[in-house]
Amino acid sequence: MSERCLGHLKVLELCNLVAGPYSTKLLADLGAEVIKIERPAVGDDARRRGPFLNDIPDQEQCGLFLYLNTNKLGVTLDITTETGKDILLELIKQTDIFVEDNPPALMEELGLTYKDLRAVNPNLIMTSLTPFGQSGPYRDYRAYQLNTYHAGGEGYLMPIMSPDDSREPVRGGGLAGDCTCGLSTAIVILAAAYRKGETGVGQYVDVSRQDVQRTMVLLDVAMYANLGVIRNRFRRPLLMPLPMECRDGYLMMSALTDREWGSLVEFMGNPAWADDERFNQWLSRHMSGDDINPHVQEFVGQYNKEELFHRLQDSAIAAAPVNTAEDLLKSSQMEYRGFFTEIEHSKAGRLKYPTAGYKFSKTPWTAERAAPLLGQHNEDIYCERLGYSKEDLVSMREAGVI
Amino acid sequence: MTALEGVRIADFCWLWAGAYATDLLAFLGAEVIKIESMARPDPSRNMTLTIGQAFEGVDHSPIFNAINLNKLSVRINLKQPQGVELAKRIIGISDVVSQNMRPGAMDNIGLGYDVLKELKPDIIMLSSSAFGSEGPLRRYGGYAPSFACYSGLAHLTGYSDGLPNPLTGSIDLMSATTSAFAIIAALNHRQHTGQGQYIDLSSVESLAIFAGDALMEYIMNGRVQSRNGNHDRIMAPHNCYRCKGEDKWVSIAVATDEEWRALCGAAGHPEWVNDERFADAYSRWENEKELDETISGWTINYTHYEVTEMLQNAGVAAMPSFSNEEIFSDPHFKERGLAVDVEHPAIGKQTVLGPPWRLSETPARVTKSAPLIGEHNDYVFKELLGMSGEEIERLTAEEIIY
Repeated sequence: MSERCLGHLKVLELCNLVAGPYSTKLLADLGAEVIKIERPAVGDDARRRGPFLNDIPDQEQCGLFLYLNTNKLGVTLDITTETGKDILLELIKQTDIFVEDNPPALMEELGLTYKDLRAVNPNLIMTSLTPFGQSGPYRDYRAYQLNTYHAGGEGYLMPIMSPDDSREPVRGGGLAGDCTCGLSTAIVILAAAYRKGETGVGQYVDVSRQDVQRTMVLLDVAMYANLGVIRNRFRRPLLMPLPMECRDGYLMMSALTDREWGSLVEFMGNPAWADDERFNQWLSRHMSGDDINPHVQEFVGQYNKEELFHRLQDSAIAAAPVNTAEDLLKSSQMEYRGFFTEIEHSKAGRLKYPTAGYKFSKTPWTAERAAPLLGQHNEDIYCERLGYSKEDLVSMREAGVI
Repeated sequence: MTALEGVRIADFCWLWAGAYATDLLAFLGAEVIKIESMARPDPSRNMTLTIGQAFEGVDHSPIFNAINLNKLSVRINLKQPQGVELAKRIIGISDVVSQNMRPGAMDNIGLGYDVLKELKPDIIMLSSSAFGSEGPLRRYGGYAPSFACYSGLAHLTGYSDGLPNPLTGSIDLMSATTSAFAIIAALNHRQHTGQGQYIDLSSVESLAIFAGDALMEYIMNGRVQSRNGNHDRIMAPHNCYRCKGEDKWVSIAVATDEEWRALCGAAGHPEWVNDERFADAYSRWENEKELDETISGWTINYTHYEVTEMLQNAGVAAMPSFSNEEIFSDPHFKERGLAVDVEHPAIGKQTVLGPPWRLSETPARVTKSAPLIGEHNDYVFKELLGMSGEEIERLTAEEIIY
């Protein structure tokens, strides 16, 4: 077995749904030991969001949960009970990094602030990832991914080139919002870990999902603040800003530079309409979409997307088909790079999973284990690590502590 | 004191997907030396296509400034063999090399990983490209919209009756954030083991990861998810609702019956609770169109702030869909201190966004504006490399320092 990138780090996770669990998944997939704490009986809400294997709702066969929790160990614990809190503190003693996403007021009420936890582990790194951070008037506000996405400001800009000004702004697709928050949080966790590696000293990190989302539109913010440009999602006459329709689907192409534009015109057979001096200079060309796009669309409409994609790229024009999940599973590029890997799970069976966008030469992404069953590692952690007896476990289970 | 104090990065990155990766690490205290030249300036120094604006020379772009904060810049002409040798001297005293040229380009100029690891055995090198540096599509190029399309995110973004939507410049920043994560993971590994390594990052795959639930849905059930505005697979209401004012919207997301009852009460419409179309989560989801019309009929009478406050006071997740203009007057945004002013030597006071994290011991922050091109020639060539004034003059005359 190859060496793990983060094999020296121990992480304790008390998170729910997407953003927090994704941050620690990134660490677990690179070899950190991540112990995930879930509520007894119900577990992470992601277990109930689907998609479910064969469409049969089952908290152990939920695609979202399985995906977000690969390579983690799982225990159940009710931290609101006296015993539960004591056990949490024992786990805190043995960890390097504690990641949590609970309402700040709840953590204060339970006596689980950084100040409290540092008393049991003076060199602890603690990261709180909450919708609006640990300060400010919205600190205690609630938010799902939809809300932080729109509060962050990108939603207001989308769909770009909206066909209808009267319609609502929309969120980014998939898990774009919360996974970005998790990814950004993983960076700062590892920054704190690096610092601790140099000095031995831990620290507290406060991350707001709204702040992360806002940084994703930092250039639009800079345009407003420094150039006075107010951006919205309404239509503008830009050069090929949206995918175009091929015979069998959509294709995105960009001809930003003079060289790319020249290549595209040549590729289309030097049509007469393209001979226009406004199109020779990038800025005026870029603002002449209304005069260019319909012609290009007419040309593109004769082709199949895959064929045109390769032919355009062969002519050094940036292009890409609009892929669905099915297309990605069938992508020869992703297959070559091993983007999907199979993982065996005791309930869900053997399934493919997406891995990561990066390949490390010495410490590759590895699937050591599938996502944990609810409470799967209670005995390993509570008995072997913390020294509780199996009888203790039984009574804690009966009391609803684990 | 900073988290990445003592880490030096020789940065060959450009454009947004490259620049923001090392910007994040510079916020954390890494010394980032941007290696560029008048023979190959970062195009974002000259112009922005997003708003179709050109800037005077290479030192007057607020956009370049916003995404290259804290960095240093040296002018080295990599088209000259002596320039490559000079770049190697910087790499020899660096911990990380980052670059996002087309696959093979760094090898072609003699700066491939094989060469660099001879020069500095524990070097960490990140190569970021559209499709990754191996596989059948490795030579294919791309910009943010094509990353969004190939990755599957565009297919999942937009109205259900509209075109696939390629999101915004955030696509570049998400890829860049993935690069920063990969680098900092490798830094932690090197700190622990003394070993460097090579990281091959694909922007397309870094984004496909964010479609994880759609990928799992296809893998598990063979079903292809498609874009559907703000709607959710199980939650309703889950949308943006028009409020009083011009193009003002509030996002509302409800998961449970308890939250739904709270919404009805806060809206002053307790009778909605008894409406059988909305009686339970599944009914609400199934009758979402009527549900959205009903809620919009209420929200339109209030500002998005008023709706947010009423709902949040009742424990319901709601937030305005903020524009970049109005976020600046938002009290919470002000308190979080994400926007800071920085003095730029050529264009004066600029408002930029800093990092989205608050670290208690080693704050991440904006320390200076983006560099003028070559602004730090003296510091790097004289102080770091110990070059003489004559040597620098000679290399300048020969257009090596260019």
